[in-house]
Amino acid sequence: MRLNLPSIMAAMFVLAACSTASEEASDAGGAGGAVDSGSTPQVAATGPQPGTQADLVANVGDRVFFDFDRHSLKPDARATVERWSAWLKTYPQVTVTIEGHADERGTREYNLALGERRANSALEYMQSLGVDSSRVRIISFGKERPAVLGSTDDAYSQNRRSVLVVN
Amino acid sequence: MRRLPHLVRWFLIGLLAIVPIEQVAAQLRVDITRGNVEPLPIAIPEFLSNTAEANQIARDMSEVITNNLSRSGLFRPVDRKAFIEEPSGVEVRPNFNNWRVLNAQALVVGGASFKADGELQVEFRLWDVFAETAMTGLSLSTAPSNWRRIAHIVSDTIYERITGERGYFDTRVVYISETGPQNQRVKRLAIMDQDGANHRFLTNGDTLVLTPRFSPTSQEITYLAYYNEQPRVYLFNIDTGEQEVLGDFPGMTFAPRFSPDGNNVVMSLAEQGNTDIYAMDLRTRRVNRLTKNTAIDTGPSYAPDGRQIVFESDRSGSQQLYTMRSDGSDIQRISFGEGRYGTPVWSPRGDLIAFTKIFRGEFHIGVIRPDGAGERLLTKGFLVEGPTWAPNGRVLMFFRQTKSDSAGRGGSSRLFSIDLTGFNEREVITPVEASDPAWSPPSVQ
Repeated sequence: MRLNLPSIMAAMFVLAACSTASEEASDAGGAGGAVDSGSTPQVAATGPQPGTQADLVANVGDRVFFDFDRHSLKPDARATVERWSAWLKTYPQVTVTIEGHADERGTREYNLALGERRANSALEYMQSLGVDSSRVRIISFGKERPAVLGSTDDAYSQNRRSVLVVN
Repeated sequence: MRRLPHLVRWFLIGLLAIVPIEQVAAQLRVDITRGNVEPLPIAIPEFLSNTAEANQIARDMSEVITNNLSRSGLFRPVDRKAFIEEPSGVEVRPNFNNWRVLNAQALVVGGASFKADGELQVEFRLWDVFAETAMTGLSLSTAPSNWRRIAHIVSDTIYERITGERGYFDTRVVYISETGPQNQRVKRLAIMDQDGANHRFLTNGDTLVLTPRFSPTSQEITYLAYYNEQPRVYLFNIDTGEQEVLGDFPGMTFAPRFSPDGNNVVMSLAEQGNTDIYAMDLRTRRVNRLTKNTAIDTGPSYAPDGRQIVFESDRSGSQQLYTMRSDGSDIQRISFGEGRYGTPVWSPRGDLIAFTKIFRGEFHIGVIRPDGAGERLLTKGFLVEGPTWAPNGRVLMFFRQTKSDSAGRGGSSRLFSIDLTGFNEREVITPVEASDPAWSPPSVQ
């Protein structure tokens, strides 16, 4: 049996189109899919799809940073959380998780508690700005998931963070 | 059984580190201030056996015993190549001259043979070479598959007879096995004998797991796992692999530990930016809140009598150690040194509390008395953390992590054991990297 190359390619094109359409449908319902849709040409041309993690990262900023052993929001962090709140009001169907993290220079259990405090600091400020807390859950990873590798002060300052993640 | 002059003297000097007795001061180097001891020379010939199959077991048992005693740092097995004679039978009185010339102070003669019913018959004698008398011995029969366990029991018997302390060789360690880069670390619950044998993974690595601790009374572990992206305290049955979440809390539960009677698990709950300590009765599942403070209160560990709990709190502004009664009353701060103190764990003997201390950019493992006196640091490093006690309260295990570069290279995490004296620090070999060790209670024989 001979393969009919053009017809196979046509079939693949149809499948790809179907998959893109279904992703858009699920994005509208609040699901993720930012990574996948980012590879399709029409999205790349217009930037990240609104209301996605990629949109948050590119246009709002997905993280805030803390001083060593602290969980209070610094002025720039407050500004970021204000943008998070406005962004969440723009996309009312989106639900999110705030992750709290610590650097590696603390003990494991204390850092879990510290990460919870950091996530909660962002949550409390968002609540004060009118975000419905039922759309937001928090989780602490302590020192288990550094964003930046290495035992350096620069890495530590980037690892003491709260990150907003679209569910 | 009589205690024999040479070994008695050796024990007093070696393990209690008291003022040296004149007659032996010349041959032993004892640094009283640091608790350093000269290991006791002990001859451990290969165990005797009656068949080729038993011969392999006999040889392996001798190796396990030799390694146990050597790793304790209190014994120095004499090189077998120097032996002048091989024992001819467990019942046969040795020619002590042949062992004295090697300066062996103790001699272990043992045998492992198959009986007609297929059981393994193990016996041994511990001899005082200079006093020429038997110190202790053991004779038992068991299924051949138990040979390694029996070798640990023999090691414990020797250790106990010569040191006066309980042995810890017939024990296990549960810990967290680690692979992959730090930002995508795969962590698995794992268990092994204290010498690294019989290693087994208990979880598959799909879910982040941390801080396992043994039940003192059952084949169970309590630990923190992130199933369904919800960090919660779980109870894990080692025999069946079944597990259950402990309690229905509104936030993250973590830092679990059993009470000494096995009836309670004490743990932290983090909720709305505040972490407090709770105890759950495993029989009634009733939960009792023990601390009520806006600070981080975590790392609870019971005293061996169950009446008190030591924990860490930053209520003073930085991480420090506190004790309280097990109902949460009478909170007393016990650490007052410079630096931050965490991960307290009460010794099974009750006399000391081990901790992690962060001080001047370095991490230390130390011990302190429950009343806050006598703080002593045992070891330090870029990151040393999470001490756990051997059931005899003389040896600690912890993990040591090294610095990593910006590509994440060099940041390895390994288990180590160390004597309460601060001496004899040794790596505990694991198949891959490791953290969060927890020593089992004494085995039931």
